Amino acid sequence: MRYALIVIPLLLLPVLLNDFWLTQVMTRALILGIVALSLSFLAKYLGVVSFAQAAMAGAGGYTIAYFGPNSVNIGIELPFWISIPLALFLATAFGGLIGCVARRSRGIYAIMITLAIGIAFFYFTRQNYALFNGWTGFSGVRAPLIGGISLRAPVPLYFMSLLSAVVSMMLVSGFARSPMGLAIQAVRDAPGRVMALGISVSTPIIAAFAFSGLLAGTGGILNVWYQERISSFSVGFGPIIDILIIAVIGGLRYPSGAFIGAIVFVMLDTFAVDLVDRERFNTLIGTVLLLIVIFAPNGLQQLVMDGAAKLRRAKQPTN
Amino acid sequence: MTFFFIVTLNGLTLAALYFLAASGFSLIFGLMRIVNMAHGALLMLGGYVGYSVVDMTGSWSIGVIAGGLAAAAAGAIVQAGVLGWMQGDELRQTLASIAISIIMADLMLWYWGGITYQVELPEALSGGLRLPLLGVGYANIRLALIGFALVTGLALWIFIQKTRMGAIIRAGVDDQQMLRALGYPINRIFILVFALGGMLAGMAGVIAASALSIAPGTDLQFLLSSLVVVIVGGMGSVGGAALGALLVGLAEQYGLAYAPTYGVVFTFAIMVLVLAVRPQGLLGRAEQ
Repeated sequence: MRYALIVIPLLLLPVLLNDFWLTQVMTRALILGIVALSLSFLAKYLGVVSFAQAAMAGAGGYTIAYFGPNSVNIGIELPFWISIPLALFLATAFGGLIGCVARRSRGIYAIMITLAIGIAFFYFTRQNYALFNGWTGFSGVRAPLIGGISLRAPVPLYFMSLLSAVVSMMLVSGFARSPMGLAIQAVRDAPGRVMALGISVSTPIIAAFAFSGLLAGTGGILNVWYQERISSFSVGFGPIIDILIIAVIGGLRYPSGAFIGAIVFVMLDTFAVDLVDRERFNTLIGTVLLLIVIFAPNGLQQLVMDGAAKLRRAKQPTN
Repeated sequence: MTFFFIVTLNGLTLAALYFLAASGFSLIFGLMRIVNMAHGALLMLGGYVGYSVVDMTGSWSIGVIAGGLAAAAAGAIVQAGVLGWMQGDELRQTLASIAISIIMADLMLWYWGGITYQVELPEALSGGLRLPLLGVGYANIRLALIGFALVTGLALWIFIQKTRMGAIIRAGVDDQQMLRALGYPINRIFILVFALGGMLAGMAGVIAASALSIAPGTDLQFLLSSLVVVIVGGMGSVGGAALGALLVGLAEQYGLAYAPTYGVVFTFAIMVLVLAVRPQGLLGRAEQ
């Protein structure tokens, strides 16, 4: 019921908004939200803040670009019903692989290791021309045509992103309640006890990273269709930090916060020109992040919930 | 064979630079458990200030000192103004330092622009030297790097192991609560250590800007190298930073010379290997 209240207005948006708002703001926020969701999932259920999400999204995006129609003549063109599952699979596998590398590290160590992985991936895509086409990357990537309608057209892309976002949210809450999801949370809370029960600690960690790779890969595929290109800059330090900022603004511990953060981020990014000099966007977003970290460490979602609780208390008669 | 020796020498000089950059990062992490993501930005600030001062005064040593002092002041402000208020909440400190590094990098881009700068070297360090045995020329500044790293490493080791202040810092690493209970002003010690870490970063920045060059993105490059160096070598130990820098520097140069497209992969493979065998780093102590 609560979800219907959120989803039904979102379904009506294409009627209300023009193409600019629908594509540049809403679709973009949904796509960024899905990638940020992959981070909030890890932060909430595994207790690991990962900086490798842009790399996982990049794995999905690069696969679509390599095996899809592009204008740089690199890669093999496969039909979309093969390339999409392949991209999702590779992103998931890459997520699992990252989990495998980082499985023995926790807390700040995990931050450092995933950051090192993320940046190493960025430098690797820059240096490698056979698979990633180096610095320039892929351009002219076209989204699939289904029944003569391009998925890149504003309304289909919006619905595709909305559907992916809803499915991702459902997957997260379903996965968290599954036996594997519970094992992941047990590893977060008491790895020693999990080991004492004879359950391997590595498997849940790798599974959590793989699942997060699936989410990030979904966002990565949509992002390639949206941007119509992908290059080393799509997986560089900028995107890594953007994803983190989105998740932190929304609240790292709230999966739905990822989408709130994404909307705020996209609005700032789109309309910062009116507030400050376009060139100084990083100073603005850095300041926003700093203020959030100082004054609302649990993000906007928590702020809204606290506010609502206060209102409710104020409404109750106090006698 | 000559080629191999040259590559090895390149690796050693790069390792020296990496050690200079990573030592401050490792020091701050060792005492305060803060992953200072603004370390690269502090290094870049030092480099830019050093460039401007050398440009103005014409003296390289004043430039190095000015770069170090500027970064030390910035580091102290960061700790006193922001990170100190979040003591004990490591994730929040990390996030705050990221925010600070974004703001700093953007403001530096504003002030100094997107141009690549190289600090002008003093006469003694510019030019080259014909190496004995190998019979090839080699830049003086790159050889001097090894000297700088040795001096810095030794000074840092003496400071931490042999002085009273160093003993207090080591006590803080082992048991912060106890040190506080004994009446030491731990907040001031933290600010001091942050300033010291910033100074090391700033001086490394000027030296990096002299030996190589400095441009937007330099901060990220050295943040990554510092991260990998301390992950490989072990957090918070001078020896660990030195060993990590040596491995990473050599791996990068051999990779560049023998497998140019996969240079990064070598560095990365070392990190993965070390993590698989010793998650706390080669010379690091295991976390309780």
